[in-house]
Amino acid sequence: MQAQKTLQNTRNPVVCVFTSRTFLLVGLPLICFFLALFSGRFGTHPLEVVKMIFEKLTGQKGEWSATLETVIFNIRLPRICSAMLIGSGPAVSGASFQGLFRNPLVSPFILGVATGAGFGAALGILLSGQNYVIQASAFVFGMLAVMISYGLTKMYKTSSIMVMVLSGVIVGAFFSALISLIKYIADPFDKLPVIVFWLMGSLASISKDDLFVIILPIAVGTGIIFSLRWKIGILSMGEEEARSLGLEPRRLKMFLIMAATLVTASAVAVSGVIGWVGLVIPHLARMISGPDYRRLIPLSMSLGASYLLLIDTLARNLTTGEVPLGILTATIGAPVFALILRKGDFGWS
Amino acid sequence: MILEIKNAGFKYESSGDPVFKNINLSVDSGEIFCILGPNGVGKTSLLKCISGLSGLSQGKVLLKGIDIKKMKRFQTARTISYVPQIHYPVFAYSVFDTVLMGRTPYLNFFSFPDTRDEVIVKNALESLGISHLSDKPYTKISGGERQLVIFARALAQEPEIIVLDEPTSHLDYGNQVRILSLIHHLSRKGTSVIMTSHNPDHAFMISDKVGIMFDKSISHVNSPQKIITEKILSQIYGIKVRLRHDDDFGKICVPKLNKKKNP
Repeated sequence: MQAQKTLQNTRNPVVCVFTSRTFLLVGLPLICFFLALFSGRFGTHPLEVVKMIFEKLTGQKGEWSATLETVIFNIRLPRICSAMLIGSGPAVSGASFQGLFRNPLVSPFILGVATGAGFGAALGILLSGQNYVIQASAFVFGMLAVMISYGLTKMYKTSSIMVMVLSGVIVGAFFSALISLIKYIADPFDKLPVIVFWLMGSLASISKDDLFVIILPIAVGTGIIFSLRWKIGILSMGEEEARSLGLEPRRLKMFLIMAATLVTASAVAVSGVIGWVGLVIPHLARMISGPDYRRLIPLSMSLGASYLLLIDTLARNLTTGEVPLGILTATIGAPVFALILRKGDFGWS
Repeated sequence: MILEIKNAGFKYESSGDPVFKNINLSVDSGEIFCILGPNGVGKTSLLKCISGLSGLSQGKVLLKGIDIKKMKRFQTARTISYVPQIHYPVFAYSVFDTVLMGRTPYLNFFSFPDTRDEVIVKNALESLGISHLSDKPYTKISGGERQLVIFARALAQEPEIIVLDEPTSHLDYGNQVRILSLIHHLSRKGTSVIMTSHNPDHAFMISDKVGIMFDKSISHVNSPQKIITEKILSQIYGIKVRLRHDDDFGKICVPKLNKKKNP
C-alpha cells in the first residue's frame, strides 16, 4: 500500500534477505556486535567468551582467566557499546536535522556543535588535561554553540532555515578560529598533539566510565527524536504546512534541535569529532526505507551503530598504532558510499 | 456563523503599508464564499490569516465565536484546512503518506496514524479520483496532481471549513470542473468553503456569495448574480467583458481581446 522503495526489488534472493527490514534493524547490529566482541589483539575463543558472559549474567561461578574478564568486560564491551551509541546518535540527529532544515545535505554539525565542542575540549586540554574536565568542557561548549546559533536566528526575527544555517556557519567560524588560537598558544610538545589527536576523533581511550557518562543523554535525546519521528516528517514539509496541519513548528523545532544537540554533544565530548556518519548514514537509510521518518529513524539508528562499530573494529585490528576513527570513517566510507549512491533513488529532489 | 472576520487588517513587519485593511466577512455552514480580485491584491495573505497561518495586524478572526488567536493549533487544524496554490516538497514521500499527514491534528503528541486513519486517506484519494497515484513519490507527479494531493490531504483533515487558494489554477479543463463539482458537493454536505479564483465563471457556477477584493479591501459582498457585472469586471481587471446568459448553464463571461491596429 505504501510506497516501499527498497532495494528489495532486486530479483536476487540472497540480496533480498540482506536488505529485509528485520535483518537491517536487528540482524546487522547483532552480527557487528559479535564480530567486534570476538576480534582483537588478545586472542579469544568465541564459545569461551559467550559462556563467560552467560555465566556472569546468570550469576554462576564459572572458570575463566582474569585477563579474559578484563579484556571483555572492561575493554571490549564498553568500547563496543560506546561505538554503537556514538554511531547511532549522530546518525539519528543527522536524519532529524535533514528533515527540520528541509535539506538532505545538512549534517548534525550544521549549527556548530562540533566546533563548539572542539573548542571546549581544546580549552580543557590546555587548562587542565583531566579527562572529565575535557569532556565536560566539550559538552558545555558544544551545547553553547548551538544555543548561540539559535539565539542569533531569534535576534534576526526570522525563523528562516537559511538564516539558521547562516548563524551556524558564523558560530562555527568563530569557534574554529578560537581552536586555532588555542593550538597556536598550546605547548607544541605536550598539549598540541593531544588537541590535534582529540579533534580527529577516536574511541581508543574509551572506558566504562565514559560509557556511563554518555548513555543517559544519548538515550534521552534519541528517545525524544524516536517518539516524535512522525512529526519530523511533517516539519520536513515546511513550516507553513506544519502549522496548517496543527503543529506549533517553531516550538517543536527548537525542542527537537535541543534533543539532537544533546545527543551529538555527548557523543563528541567523549569521542572527539567523528564526522561523516551523521551525514551519510541517513542518506543510505533513506535510499533503503524511503523518506518516511517512521521507518527512517529506526533504520538510521541501526545502520549508524553498525557502521561505526564495524569501522572501529577495523581500526582496532588493522594496525597496532590505531588510526583515528574520524580519518577511517571517511577514507573507508567515502568510496563505499560513492559506489552505493551511484544506484540512484535518493528519496529527495 | 461558523466564521466571522471583523475589521481585519494585515501588514508585513518590514513595511509600513498594509496589504489589506477593514475587511469584514462572515461565512455560514455549508456556504461557498468566493473571493475575486486582481493579482497581488492580497487574496493569499487574507486566506492565510483566515486559516491562522499568519496573524492579523488588526481585527480578529472568529471561528465559531472564538478568537482564532486564542485557540490551540491542533484545534484550529481540526476545524479549518488550508490548500495552498502550490507546494514544493523536498523529500519523496509517497502520495499516500503525504495525504496521511492530514490526520496529524487528531494524533496525540507521541502517537502515529492507525488503520482507521488509513481508511480515511483511501476515501479522500478516491473522492478526488487519484487512488492510482497512491504509491507514487509526491515529488515526481505534475503540479496539477500535486494540487489534488494537497486537496486530498485537506479532506483527510475532516475540517468544517476548507480554505482553497485558487484550487483550479494548475488543473486541466476537465479536472477544473471535477474539482468545482466536488467543492459544491462538499458544501452541500455542510462543509463551508472559502476560495479565491481568477475565473468569474467558476464563481457563477458554485458560489453562494462573492466578495470583490480591490484596493486593499473587500467592498462588495453578495450573491454572484448581483455582484459580478460587466462594469465591475472591467473595473477590477481593466479589460472589456460581456456577460451572456445561457438557459442551461446560467451566466457566462466572455472577455474581449484588446486588438491594436498597429502592433
